[in-house]
Amino acid sequence: METAPKPGKDVPPKKDKLQTKRKKPRRYWEEETVPTTAGASPGPPRNKKNRELRPQRPKNAHILKKSRISKKPQVPKKPREWKNPESQSGLSGAQDPFPGPAPVPVEVVQKFCRIDKSRKLLHSKAKTRSRLEVAEAEEEETSIKAARSELLLAEEPGFLEGEDGEDTAKICQADIVEAVDIASAAKHFDLNLRQFGPYRLNYSRTGRHLAFGGRRGHVAALDWVTKKLMCEINVMEAVRDIRFLHSEALLAVAQNRWLHIYDNQGIELHCIRRCDRVTRLEFLPFHFLLATASETGFLTYLDVSVGKIVAALNARAGRLDVMSQNPYNAVIHLGHSNGTVSLWSPAMKEPLAKILCHRGGVRAVAVDSTGTYMATSGLDHQLKIFDLRGTYQPLSTRTLPHGAGHLAFSQRGLLVAGMGDVVNIWAGQGKASPPSLEQPYLTHRLSGPVHGLQFCPFEDVLGVGHTGGITSMLVPGASEPNFDGLESNPYRSRKQRQEWEVKALLEKVPAELICLDPRALAEVDVISLEQGKKEQIERLGYDPQAKAPFQPKPKQKGRSSTASLVKRKRKVMDEEHRDKVRQSLQQQHHKEAKAKPTGARPSALDRFVR
Amino acid sequence: MNVNQVAENLALSHQEELVDLPKNYPLSENEDEGDRDGERKHQKLLEAISSLDGKNRRKLAERSEASLKVSEFSVSSEGSGEKLVLADLLEPVKTSSSLATIKKQLNRVKSKKVVELPLNKEKIEQIHREVAFSKTSQVLSKWDPIILKNQQAEQLVFPLGKEQPAIAPIEHALSGWKARTPLEQEIFNLLHKNKQPVTDPLLTPMEKASLQAMSLEEAKMHRAELQRARALQSYYEAKARKEKKIKSKKYHRVVKKGKAKKALKEFEQLQKVNPTVALEEMEKIENARMMERMSLKHQNSGKWAKSKAIMAKYDLEARQAMQEQLAQNKELTQKLQVASESEEEEGGTEVEELLVPHVVNEVQMNVDGPNPWMFRSCTSDTKEAATQEDPEQLPELAAHEVSASGAEERPVAEEEILLREFEERQSLRKRSELNQDAEPASSQETKDSSSQEVLSELRALSQKLKEKHQSRKQKASSEGTVPQVQREEPAPEEAEPLLLQRSERVQTLEELEELGKEDCFQNKELPRPVLEGQQSERTPNNRPDAPKEKKEKEQLINLQNFLTTQSPSMRSLAVPTIIEELEDEEERDQRQMIKEAFAGDDVIRDFLKEKREAVEASKPKDVDLTLPGWGEWGGVGLKPSAKKRRQFLIKAPEGPPRKDKNLPNVIISEKRNIHAAAHQVQVLPYPFTHHRQFERTIQTPIGSTWNTQRAFQKLTTPKVVTKPGHIIKPIKAEDVGYQSSSRSDLPVIQRNPKRITTRHNKEEKLAGCSVSRL
Repeated sequence: METAPKPGKDVPPKKDKLQTKRKKPRRYWEEETVPTTAGASPGPPRNKKNRELRPQRPKNAHILKKSRISKKPQVPKKPREWKNPESQSGLSGAQDPFPGPAPVPVEVVQKFCRIDKSRKLLHSKAKTRSRLEVAEAEEEETSIKAARSELLLAEEPGFLEGEDGEDTAKICQADIVEAVDIASAAKHFDLNLRQFGPYRLNYSRTGRHLAFGGRRGHVAALDWVTKKLMCEINVMEAVRDIRFLHSEALLAVAQNRWLHIYDNQGIELHCIRRCDRVTRLEFLPFHFLLATASETGFLTYLDVSVGKIVAALNARAGRLDVMSQNPYNAVIHLGHSNGTVSLWSPAMKEPLAKILCHRGGVRAVAVDSTGTYMATSGLDHQLKIFDLRGTYQPLSTRTLPHGAGHLAFSQRGLLVAGMGDVVNIWAGQGKASPPSLEQPYLTHRLSGPVHGLQFCPFEDVLGVGHTGGITSMLVPGASEPNFDGLESNPYRSRKQRQEWEVKALLEKVPAELICLDPRALAEVDVISLEQGKKEQIERLGYDPQAKAPFQPKPKQKGRSSTASLVKRKRKVMDEEHRDKVRQSLQQQHHKEAKAKPTGARPSALDRFVR
Repeated sequence: MNVNQVAENLALSHQEELVDLPKNYPLSENEDEGDRDGERKHQKLLEAISSLDGKNRRKLAERSEASLKVSEFSVSSEGSGEKLVLADLLEPVKTSSSLATIKKQLNRVKSKKVVELPLNKEKIEQIHREVAFSKTSQVLSKWDPIILKNQQAEQLVFPLGKEQPAIAPIEHALSGWKARTPLEQEIFNLLHKNKQPVTDPLLTPMEKASLQAMSLEEAKMHRAELQRARALQSYYEAKARKEKKIKSKKYHRVVKKGKAKKALKEFEQLQKVNPTVALEEMEKIENARMMERMSLKHQNSGKWAKSKAIMAKYDLEARQAMQEQLAQNKELTQKLQVASESEEEEGGTEVEELLVPHVVNEVQMNVDGPNPWMFRSCTSDTKEAATQEDPEQLPELAAHEVSASGAEERPVAEEEILLREFEERQSLRKRSELNQDAEPASSQETKDSSSQEVLSELRALSQKLKEKHQSRKQKASSEGTVPQVQREEPAPEEAEPLLLQRSERVQTLEELEELGKEDCFQNKELPRPVLEGQQSERTPNNRPDAPKEKKEKEQLINLQNFLTTQSPSMRSLAVPTIIEELEDEEERDQRQMIKEAFAGDDVIRDFLKEKREAVEASKPKDVDLTLPGWGEWGGVGLKPSAKKRRQFLIKAPEGPPRKDKNLPNVIISEKRNIHAAAHQVQVLPYPFTHHRQFERTIQTPIGSTWNTQRAFQKLTTPKVVTKPGHIIKPIKAEDVGYQSSSRSDLPVIQRNPKRITTRHNKEEKLAGCSVSRL
């Protein structure tokens, strides 16, 4: 009877054996891998019409990718060598054609490195240095992991390309609908609701549900993908604005007098009388705050998780009817009739910043999802895009024939402006670039003047509320193709929603943390640090961190006379003093050099000038 | 007595205790004694014998001192050289055994030294402590690496167990596997019969053979190649060696020259074929030249050269040699020129111009090139470069050249030069102005229209500058033509084109800076309508106040510009229905209407006022401590004197610059968000000395929202993990691979008391660590 030949139990690891071999067996896959990697990026498939539209559809609900803030760190890691002599061979003896961990793309290196290495640190102790090194290593590691998991973002954004020379703005919705698949085509629809006047609308955070309210009291909420109506009521009062709260189960409606909250059955849950004559609503999802701007000029923050009013701020600028939120730092932007836009946080009684944007009043404000750009339109018919990263200067300006009454940014940075009964959409070069106002990307004419605009999250759809009802437009490439299944999942079940609700509540961010630069929270509070230090010095009577004065060491063999000690001490003191003087002199020089503008070159003939 | 010595003694005594006393002590004593006895007897005998001859007898009886008692036996001082031993006295005539022991003891007592006084108790205790400390620290120091390791470990798991061996690869696990079932056995049988590999390399013997065969072929080829290379090398070496042996100087010189010639030829060829490589070559040659210039190799300062110089007077050959050498030096240091004749001519004129002192100032004003001299010499031979640089400047340059070359032909007089200079200056100025106009125009086409706003601003700016310039010109002419005055001013103007050449982003930044320099009163002027503002700007120019003028110059853009610039209008494909019928004129009318409607509420003025107020409010206030009527007369209408007020005014320190200092259209609140500050870190943790260092360590977020699941878990692993329901025993030597230590380690005693104390501190720390960590 034969048994399988088995190597003795104490056979050395196989890799030794392989190393001794002179030549590795060549395998068919080793040859093949090279060409496949070379031609790995096939271009996007072209239609015969050469006009391509791919509205993305999220397919699977189970993409376990958490990315509220985009996070893919990079690692400057070179791909391992092709043939690593030390690579471990398997049982089969075959060599791993791709030994080592998969290479991480280098191009995106800086994307996720959050440690700001541009600031040089002072010389630090060895212990501190080791801590810093650990922190940096950790950052690198986590960034590698995040970069690896970028692979899971499988969906690509849609796009619209004209035939050579063709203007995409000339492509109308009917063409697009014709070109796309049937499921996407079903996302373009019109609701003809001429009876109840201009409509405001709002999509839920997952992009699955749509709520709209007509000025004449018509309020409805529906699952707009399946067109399943959740509720439809008439509140018998003017509806100014409508907004979903953290989930699609709650609905805030700004009615003529007060703010009301309904559930998805249309049952009125609350009537908040402290928020009266509300004109605009904004919901800050991570803080569970409902911000309301009222006719009386108050900006009120309502914490919907506990039902408390966190702050009621008087903007002192008259009626407020232009509001938007900055999704990056949850700051509320209010537009005023004097051409300024003010930025508000519930923690401060005064605006964090005020930007003068237009000569006339501000008609609409919108902030893009990265918090980098703000679009404003004013009564002077201008549309401006501002940079919000510290400079607050306009990047581009356009005069529109009629001025834009409504503005909105999409998740991928497309800007839509509603001007009368026309909507114009502008697109930028990439995701992080501002929309270029050169050429509109798409235009569409509606059956009535626009009253509300919003891009649907995670769908290439733009919802427009107007006097004639609601229009759902297809805008290829508008939204993020990959959603975060744990954060905002369009396909979540009731159970998942409930679980998410609990988690979100546990992770609720306190309202007072809203500030212009959220990264500043990760900084040490220098003022109180110094205050504490001062107090400690006062308490102790000396500075424990101060450098000890120089104490000369006594010398051996009788040379340590008091006089010599004093002399040495004196020497060191003098040296220090000289250093100090030198430094102050240098500073003076610097100041002088700064003060003197070097613009005009001194001429030798200057001495003759009287 | 030194404490250390005592400690040493003590330690020694310890050792002695440990070591048994040698047993042979009394025995050696005995032997010694016997020896001495025999010796004495022997000596006695010798002396007795020697005294027999009578010579010494008298000597024996001799006495040196007086004494009362004189022995009758005339005791001789025999054996005076020896000491009297106590044992001798006790010794009876006949040695008895009982006395021997006493003698022994006596000897023993005598051999011991005098015992010193014992130290006092405290001292002894201290010594004991120190010794004990050094021993213990020795024993404990072996834990140091373990403590360090545990301190640096990312995670500690208790109770301490053996570390889990790394997961063995599957092939190791499978190595012990046997085919048991009949099916498996059958399969293996089949494989064996077909000589298929079962485990390791997965190659059939045939495959192996083929692989090896191939490798043999390759190896042969390789070997052949290697052989060939080696042979070639050896030939080459032999040749080189031969050449090296040649002693003829002439030969070497010829070879060298040939080489140089060849190199030059090659270089010329290269110049034609591949200019870039030629340039590199050129650099090399230039380098060689530089080296030559730096060295004194072919100068007349060497040893050989000096000797020759002495000889040269008389010896023709020496003179020739000297000359040759100098010629060589010249040749080597000569600049390699690939220049045309025109350049030389240019150089000639340049020299002439150099004579004129004014030229220096004149040419510096030319901002186009970094170095005016360079610029001038380059104009002719680098025409192509010039065209690439700035196509607009070309005609100007050409004109300049023409004028220059035209001037060359004429006999050069100083006046003419001056004239020419004047012409040049004029052309320069014209060019700069042209630049200002032309640059925006040209870039307008290329840059995207979003920057047009900026450009329009710049255009306005350049216009202003021109106006200013003209006014100045007038002023200068009226004053009576001092060219120098005029000359100062173009400099900042001509700096403008430089500014324009930069990218647009920089331009805007520049503007921002300029905006920041605006003053409050200028702001007051701003809100006026545009025309008025321009006038107001023009008027201060006429004033002789120099600094004021400067300020005006800096104020390049203002808020007014910022908001009123005409931005390009958008023509949408689908014009909204309401205004579709509007024509362009009507549009303009409407705009006019809007302007009129908002003429009343001047947005900008209000905003600036608000900003000024905000700035004032945020400024730290001075504290005035003057008490009116204190030290001087007081009463209604009387104010404390200015001197007093100055004396008692405590000036508040100037705060940091406002964030919106350079942003005219923004007010950023400087108030501190106290609520948010409560959430910030307020105390620096231990190893950090500066808050930046600490901030760097907390910049990476650890939450699962920003990290992958794995990374999140890794970042949030607890530092210490304990298994519930297990007893955590203290760490033992066996746990970390040490043998249990005996106390027989040689104690090393510290000589330096100071060091002992430091050690002590460390020890305490260690103990603390071990308590907390181990």
